Amino acid sequence: MLNRTIAPKITDATGFTLTLPPFEKHRLRNGVDIFMLNLGELDTLMINWVFDAGNFYEEKNLVAGAANYLLKNGTTSKSAYAINEHFEYYGSYLSRSCQNEFADVTLHCLGKHVHELLPVVAEIFTVSVFPQEELDIFKKNMQQRLLVGLKKSDFVAGRMIDAYLFGEKHPYGRMSSVEDYESLHRDEIAEFFDRYYHQGRCVIFVAGKIPTGLIQQMEREFGSLPMLAHVEAAVKHHHIIHAKEKKYRINNDPNGVQGSIRIARNFPNRHHPDFQKMQVLNNLFGGFFGSRLMSNIREEKGYTYGIHSYLMNHVEQSAFLITTEAGKEVCEATIEEVYKEMAILREDPVDEEELSTTRNFMIGVILGDLDGPFQVASRWKNIVLNNLDANYFYRSIDIIKTISSAELQDLASKYFRPEEFYELVVV
Amino acid sequence: MIKFERFELKNGLRLIVHEDFSTPVAVLNVLYDVGARDEDPGKTGFAHLFEHLMFGGSVNIADFETPLQQAGGENNAFTTNDFTNYYIQLPTENIETAFWLESDRMLSLAFNEKSLEVQRKVVVEEFKEHYLNKPYGDAWFKLRELAYKVHPYRWMTIGKELSHIENAKLDDVRDFFQRHYCPANAIVVVAGHIKSQEARILTEKWFGEIPAGEKYLHAVMQEPEQTEPRKMEVRANVPLDALYKCYHIASRTDPRYYLAELISEVLGGGASSRLHQSLVKEKKLFSNIECYQTGSTDAGLLVIEGKLIRGVSMHEADKAVEEELQKISDALIDEKELTKIKNKTESAIVFEDMSVMNRAANLAMYEVLGDANLMNTELEKYQSVTTPDILGECRKIFHENNSSTLYYHGKN
Repeated sequence: MLNRTIAPKITDATGFTLTLPPFEKHRLRNGVDIFMLNLGELDTLMINWVFDAGNFYEEKNLVAGAANYLLKNGTTSKSAYAINEHFEYYGSYLSRSCQNEFADVTLHCLGKHVHELLPVVAEIFTVSVFPQEELDIFKKNMQQRLLVGLKKSDFVAGRMIDAYLFGEKHPYGRMSSVEDYESLHRDEIAEFFDRYYHQGRCVIFVAGKIPTGLIQQMEREFGSLPMLAHVEAAVKHHHIIHAKEKKYRINNDPNGVQGSIRIARNFPNRHHPDFQKMQVLNNLFGGFFGSRLMSNIREEKGYTYGIHSYLMNHVEQSAFLITTEAGKEVCEATIEEVYKEMAILREDPVDEEELSTTRNFMIGVILGDLDGPFQVASRWKNIVLNNLDANYFYRSIDIIKTISSAELQDLASKYFRPEEFYELVVV
Repeated sequence: MIKFERFELKNGLRLIVHEDFSTPVAVLNVLYDVGARDEDPGKTGFAHLFEHLMFGGSVNIADFETPLQQAGGENNAFTTNDFTNYYIQLPTENIETAFWLESDRMLSLAFNEKSLEVQRKVVVEEFKEHYLNKPYGDAWFKLRELAYKVHPYRWMTIGKELSHIENAKLDDVRDFFQRHYCPANAIVVVAGHIKSQEARILTEKWFGEIPAGEKYLHAVMQEPEQTEPRKMEVRANVPLDALYKCYHIASRTDPRYYLAELISEVLGGGASSRLHQSLVKEKKLFSNIECYQTGSTDAGLLVIEGKLIRGVSMHEADKAVEEELQKISDALIDEKELTKIKNKTESAIVFEDMSVMNRAANLAMYEVLGDANLMNTELEKYQSVTTPDILGECRKIFHENNSSTLYYHGKN
């Protein structure tokens, strides 16, 4: 008879050797680097062009985002429809996104179709024209989307907390408004495109099962474009202005039944020696389902469907953030519990069992995550764009395996100081 | 081609094993053949609430999460109108921990009042977060009730109303477990870095002695053919008017299902689709418009939903959508258009199959539909569709008497 009260023996995940599969680097004639990861058995491919074209570079709010969004809405020879139809005809997805430091264009396709698609990507980077009619549609639709967003407490809370942390003038804290959309002009978008895409700094990541001849084709399509190589620390500097007031309560919807709670503090970037250690403390505190915040506030008290903490993914400066949507009547109780959990971590060392559970869980997650080519590429991308190297990955593994409970307590004492946190509830 | 082997234990538990030695992880996926469609109309939301309770400790293991995390594992679960699926992924060395945990909660739960009380609250907050505290969050409750009069798809997986969850009793929980959570109603998939033989031995060891239980036969009333157009209007505190239209389509195992899926792609799949091009870009009546189908086991819905440009009347927007539906019902779509959506479908399938976790869940879902190997024949079924097939199906689907329309008015 099986004794079900005894757990099967486990291999300690901290004993596993994790390897970040290496990339092959190819430099195009114009100096632009391609990081390539030839991994996977299915005929899937991802090509990601990253430009120094995030909202760090715009002179006027929303110009960077508009340029990024409208890139595929018309070239000198193709309409927006023709471009979309071309990518969709080959079953591919050309997506784009604009962040703070960087802006991306990403192609997902089956390897067998890639040769039909790259010429059109190159065309987009060269002769995009930003038709007035497309801009008008974009403005209207984004304004409407914003109006819906402003009705959502989580959306409002998200933008307010960013503004407290970094200031409304900083790209990390800047908000959009209906008026900002209204005042966008075609010419400034076209100029931004010319400077930051057409002749901008670019780095390319390719992952998946790489078809033969891909490098040659990349060279043909992109090697003679006027784009420049990505360089370390090219990021424009912006002043961070922290809000003076720490606590906010905003009433956004008189009929709201939940509050969006955000509790956050500024935190240094990945180059700071505490960053990777903080990842471990974060994990234990609110980083996953078994974390202390989840166990207490969801699984013990039932105040929320979920509560999470994380370090923001910014290059210049990060922030440590706790976020949850809780019943309107239990918002203050939730906040109190968050601070209590901080206090416990400041005052009592984490016991060996919980620490070992955290180590194993984190290693297990990384192991699972290293499985797919796109996930590996995204780790490399993080390393490259943050001016780090492969050692960063191995140091991170090492810290997970060896950080002591005393170090975690020191970190908690240093960073879990309630008086340094911004605190916001939007109902 | 996804290779797998199929076994059945003496207690009726079905086991599917899919080997993949290119990954360092293994997945244990357990699907229970019970969803919101199996609920009592007076106690809706129960399948989903129950899913939450499955994490509250089982008969021999007080804490589900900690041992799994110690083994480096991750897990989650989801409930649909048709089934409930649980999965664990962990380093393959520790796969037995997953067997231990999953088999114990199939054997019996700990059933405690405290866990029920907390999870009732958690689900109430989930309900608020996703459906009440969100603009347009209640639209689907109304749409389901409009389109389904008999079939239990008329309520949402989360439940028809908050009170059903708030009133759930421990006895209901026990009954539900007895009825649905047993080997006869479950499908286990083991996938990833594990030999078929080993998966089989572990399944026998941990699940083999669990009493079979009774096979639950779904007693679901199928929706009769709709015979008149249905309309509903609501007003809510939202900034934009929204239009929702839905049409009954065939069940998941009907060959006509594939036609409906392709039709939804022609109309709403991507920026070059018909509705987007015509109504967002050319006529500028909508700021966004989507078309998709619900993919349910029993006869589902093809849905069109969009937000209107301010100043456009609901009537005008509705008429423009109907014109597009008329167009696709009057004339064959281009061959090129069909090739496009077939290529998109092919990509979607290949990309989805990249993850071993997805493959495991899909094998279980196809097995509960009747045969895990359906996963390997899907693409062929899409590939064999012709433009006259699409036309014929559009004529069946986009019939006025098959339509339900919801005008969701905002406050401008």
